[in-house]
Amino acid sequence: DKGQPWQNPTTTGNKSNLLHQMNTSLADGSPMPNSPSSLVNQYRLEDDDEGQKDANTKDIFIAVDNPESQVTAIETFIMYRVATRTTRSEFDSSEYEVRRRYQDFLWLRSRLEDNHPTLIVHPLPEKFVMKGMVERFNEDFIETRRKALHRFLNKISEHPILSYSQHFKVFLTAQVSDLASHKKQGPGFLSRMGETVRAVANSVRGLRSRPEEFAVMQEYVEDFSNKMCSMDKVTQRIVKEQREYLEELKQYSPTYAQWADLEEELADPLKGVVSCVVQCSKESEEQIHHLSEVLVPALHEYVLCAETLKAVMRRRDNIQAEFEAKNEALLSRKVDQEAVKEVDGLADRMEQANNALKGDWSRWQHSMRTDLRSVFISTAEKNVEYYEKVRQREISASDSNFTHTEKTQTELLFLFFF
Amino acid sequence: MVEEGSTLLRRMEICVAEAEKRSGKNAMSMQETFTVYLIETRPMDAVAEGHNPAPDCLWRRYSEFELLRNYLIVTYPYIVVPPLPEKRAEFVWHKLSADNMDPDFVERRRVGLENFLLRVASHPVLSNDKILYHFLTEEHGWKEVVYETGFQAKADSRLRALSATFRVRNPDKRFMEMKHYSDELQSHTSQLLRARARVADRLYGVYKVHGNYGRVFSEWSAIEREMGDGLQSAGHHMDAYAASIDDILEEEEHYADQLKEYLSYAEALRAVCRKHELTQFELEMASQDLISKKQQREELSTGIVRTFSFKGMTNKLFGQEAPEQREARLKLLEDLIAEVVKAHIERAWVDIQRFKEQKDKDLREALISYAVMQISMCKKGIQVWSNAKECFLKM
Repeated sequence: DKGQPWQNPTTTGNKSNLLHQMNTSLADGSPMPNSPSSLVNQYRLEDDDEGQKDANTKDIFIAVDNPESQVTAIETFIMYRVATRTTRSEFDSSEYEVRRRYQDFLWLRSRLEDNHPTLIVHPLPEKFVMKGMVERFNEDFIETRRKALHRFLNKISEHPILSYSQHFKVFLTAQVSDLASHKKQGPGFLSRMGETVRAVANSVRGLRSRPEEFAVMQEYVEDFSNKMCSMDKVTQRIVKEQREYLEELKQYSPTYAQWADLEEELADPLKGVVSCVVQCSKESEEQIHHLSEVLVPALHEYVLCAETLKAVMRRRDNIQAEFEAKNEALLSRKVDQEAVKEVDGLADRMEQANNALKGDWSRWQHSMRTDLRSVFISTAEKNVEYYEKVRQREISASDSNFTHTEKTQTELLFLFFF
Repeated sequence: MVEEGSTLLRRMEICVAEAEKRSGKNAMSMQETFTVYLIETRPMDAVAEGHNPAPDCLWRRYSEFELLRNYLIVTYPYIVVPPLPEKRAEFVWHKLSADNMDPDFVERRRVGLENFLLRVASHPVLSNDKILYHFLTEEHGWKEVVYETGFQAKADSRLRALSATFRVRNPDKRFMEMKHYSDELQSHTSQLLRARARVADRLYGVYKVHGNYGRVFSEWSAIEREMGDGLQSAGHHMDAYAASIDDILEEEEHYADQLKEYLSYAEALRAVCRKHELTQFELEMASQDLISKKQQREELSTGIVRTFSFKGMTNKLFGQEAPEQREARLKLLEDLIAEVVKAHIERAWVDIQRFKEQKDKDLREALISYAVMQISMCKKGIQVWSNAKECFLKM
């Protein structure tokens, strides 16, 4: 805690707008398109409260929106608006609005990881997309990134420990210049590098033995990472196949339409097929949209989570390794007050780290289950909806084309089979 | 799909029951493998009386069916002769085999051959043909009987005539329209079949990739505690979903076969129109020829050269006759030609009308059954994903 007073944000033209938006969503309960609560619920269809903060006990709401391009002499980058609404007493005000760039998010996350090396800090979207040469300023890329940044902040705000971090508070409340000066404090780049080098040196010696529960965790993390990568790949493949299917459907319906023009008796049934194929196309587009906008981002996020978990496991191992190294050194020398104190400190540190991880582990598992379950459910629902809508269209198209006898025949068929 | 009230089919029950592989030496004494199809026939009255006599049966291969059809086409040029199932697999999508020996292909061909026989045997004109009857009842020596009819020679000369370009003076509007229709029908159905095959291919891909979910869910469930069961059962549903496309597309292949039949029918229809055109052309030429010969004779005898005109002939046709008599004979000739042409038109038109009604009925049924197939597919999809959702809820 640095104990510095933070300025209240100056009233901007947008603030009253923000107030209005947030108040409206409170007043009638239904979220407005840009309000925090609707965005927060993006991945949560129904909140199962199993000891987690649910929508009712949440006392902080954060929204990331309104990306704007900033051009300076040196570079061009995107600034996002971060809007906070909170009732927490640590905050001087109940509403904040600041502008942040991706680098600022990176800074926040690295500070959180430094301060809590064995807590599971939600990942950020990647720096740049490796494949496909997507431009940093491409609209889709910015929107995908914005959503992920929004998720990130909300995940942090839901974390029982991380959400009370001073850095988090500064991130949400400080104006750009104040953030810049805050960033300059704390361990500098070189000293942090030094820590990393020492940690690496210690870990080179290897771990004596990993406690059983962490060995199990390690194995789980590796398997989980593989599974998430597979899920991500399979889903992307499905999207690709769906898109190709849609392309062919678009070529298919005109063949019936052209034929219908040639016929008399057959014109109506042929046109019926046209309307069904067109409906199929429309619903397919919806499906693809859902997969790309909901399922793929969620799975991708957990691919990144898996990487985070691996890093957490590594850091925990390093803490143990450092303690073991110093402890061993101590055993081979005379008892030295300073050395004993250092080793005790490291032992405490190790115990704290292990406990922190253990505690966070079950919280993370629960959160993962909730998130993935909800996207799987919504995907299944979307697919059911797809088939129901297409079926409906088929039935109504057939209905209008059948003669009376055919109708009776088909009704009997339906009764029999459906 | 087949008409009632026909002769042969009323007297006799026909089916193509089985298919078998055979090996033998071909015309060039080379070993070859081919498929033969079992044709079973039973007299209808025996069946109706409740007796169950063993059917008469014989084996025929595809080439023999082709021979029969070629014979019918040549012998009944004004009939839209029912088509055979495709010689080679066309409009295939990737999973479907293009191999003629593939069991699925053979099975679909068997159905197509049976359909062909039923259509021919129920046709008001074709069903009376003796060669057809022999085809169904005499295994050996049938080929020789067919060749003895000399249809081959007729086929060759027809082919030569049809491939030449010719123009009819007074084309019959209805036939021209019908020919145009047959071209359009061919074009549209083949485009449709091509597009359908590509759609089937893509749909297959979508379903099969979901099978990968089955595998990953299953593996993933092994490392999870609370989620394990839900993931495992969801995985099974994904496997079921991926597997379901095979049956769906197999059923759709039947729909494609119905369309292919009418693609071939369009060709047969076009052939009838062309043959009619040729006949009319030949008649016009023959009458022109006759008239010009008469004119030449007259010119020789009278020494007068006149310009020829088909209509409104001014010079004497029959030499020494009085003008009124000449006019009368001329008119008679024109009328006779017109009568013959008209008779040909009417004969072909009757069958074309019959064909048109059959086509509308058959394709309407095909489109209806296609819709039913799609509805059933949707129902399966709803079921699978509802089940999957239940599993996810339990996670």
